Amino acid sequence: MRLEVSIKKKLVNFELQCEFTTEDEIFALLGASGCGKSMTLKCIAGIETPDRGFIRLGNTVLFDSEKKINVRPQERHIGYLFQNYALFTNMTVAENIAFTVKGTKAEKKCLADKYIERFSLNGLENSYPDKLSGGQQQRTAFARMLASNAQILLLDEPFSALDEYLKWQMELDLRKELAQYNGSALFVSHNRGEVYRLCSRIAVMNQGRIEAIKMRDSLFRSPDTLMATILSGCKNISTARRVSAHTIYAEEWQMELQTEDIVPPDLTYVGIRAHNIHAVFSTEENAFEFTVHEVIEDIFAFNVIIRRSHSDGKTLYWIVEKKTWERLCMQKKVYLTLPKESLIMVKR
Amino acid sequence: MIMDTILPLYISCKTAVLATVITFFSGIGLAYGISRLKTGQDICDAVIMLPMVLPPTVVGFFLLLLLGKRSSIGQFLLRFDISLVFTWYGAVIAAVIVSLPLMYRTARGAFDQVDINMIYAARTLGSSEWKIFWHIVFPNSRQGILAGTILAFTRALGEFGATIMFAGNIPGITQTMSTAIYAAVQANDYDLAFRWVQVIVAFSFSTIIAMNYWLKRQKK
Repeated sequence: MRLEVSIKKKLVNFELQCEFTTEDEIFALLGASGCGKSMTLKCIAGIETPDRGFIRLGNTVLFDSEKKINVRPQERHIGYLFQNYALFTNMTVAENIAFTVKGTKAEKKCLADKYIERFSLNGLENSYPDKLSGGQQQRTAFARMLASNAQILLLDEPFSALDEYLKWQMELDLRKELAQYNGSALFVSHNRGEVYRLCSRIAVMNQGRIEAIKMRDSLFRSPDTLMATILSGCKNISTARRVSAHTIYAEEWQMELQTEDIVPPDLTYVGIRAHNIHAVFSTEENAFEFTVHEVIEDIFAFNVIIRRSHSDGKTLYWIVEKKTWERLCMQKKVYLTLPKESLIMVKR
Repeated sequence: MIMDTILPLYISCKTAVLATVITFFSGIGLAYGISRLKTGQDICDAVIMLPMVLPPTVVGFFLLLLLGKRSSIGQFLLRFDISLVFTWYGAVIAAVIVSLPLMYRTARGAFDQVDINMIYAARTLGSSEWKIFWHIVFPNSRQGILAGTILAFTRALGEFGATIMFAGNIPGITQTMSTAIYAAVQANDYDLAFRWVQVIVAFSFSTIIAMNYWLKRQKK
């Protein structure tokens, strides 16, 4: 099912301006908290009303400000998975699933049974939501959504309220559910890992605007915008300017760097992922002497905060394997290289 | 004779029960309607809550102004030979007005507690607003609604000020337990007053105990 969205809505701090099309894929909206991604989903579902624009699902116009069309959420046939799953607390699992099913008692039961079987909820038919585990709640909400004949699924940060271990379990569950569903889904998250693992195409959102829409791999390889770079998990970013075709100057880090790709003339930032910085013994290309400022021991690695020696530049964040760090004898000064193939060049 | 002595109890109960039934539906309706208003929530809220903070005599006075024989509504009703002042219906109206804030406030608090996402979810699933109210909002706020009903009932049972202003204190017609106590004290009949006081305290006390017991059981 094809979904076209082009909406504007005035929010408290900024104006939401959102435009994208998705068809038969798992599409992600990646953005920091409060960037307007949940609001976008709510507008699509009809819970909130945009100020201007249109929303089309398949051949049906769901919203059009010019033609004054605004289909009620009840008639949009859009499945919405809420952050807290929003199960009806006064109903059992079976009642939740069959709530919107039209027909006789027997038909309702038959359909509920089908979904209970499909989502491995057997034995929980008569349990109330507060007696279910997080995963069971998610499966019930998913079953309820599908039982209502949803034509597209909107998933609103389904894991954000969970602890680490549960999160992983539920993500595996959701993978299975999405694989079974086999239709279009729109996934909203601020977590790059979830988005990378679950989605095929990703839109990066910042302050209500979509900055970039890219295939998953391309986004993580070369995020074009500053926000996309930050959201893709790049922790080291410096302002930069072009010096020559393959040379740039990173102003905040105070170092001149060689690049592999041709430097775009309108370069504004350069970034490097913390685990792409490597220790070297001799002076190599893009290698500098760094002074160690702080060492934070993590579970499998050391997180080291460094700054180029004899400069007052911005600090960098370096993730180094425990063995390597111990081999370096935990010195105060280290030689490190910023490999030119790992540099991320950002235009805006 | 026995009938005469228990008459105020009978009138009190009859008035309180009918008033509670009216308050129950109008309180829930107003609470749900106002909680969904986009503008004017505060004004509506204040108007309904006013009888709770005003002296009951003022409420009674307003009722006389609004529904009395000289008011336009009173004039209109007179055409059908209906007069509300100093009648049992007047006592019911007075009890409704003073008990409504309690019902409205508790019901609204209960509705506001219902997870809004549950309502949104029901909408995206295709349920009508009517179904959402009766199958989701109402069942999920029944404790608050029950508490509001009991409070409204006990308040209606003990109503005095507005009743005596608007419905008077006519033995056998509008004399409730609370106005009977007043009349007895006025007539220096402390024994009679004391008996009514015992009845009303016992009655209200057991109602509240029963409510608490029921609410506790619900929570388990």
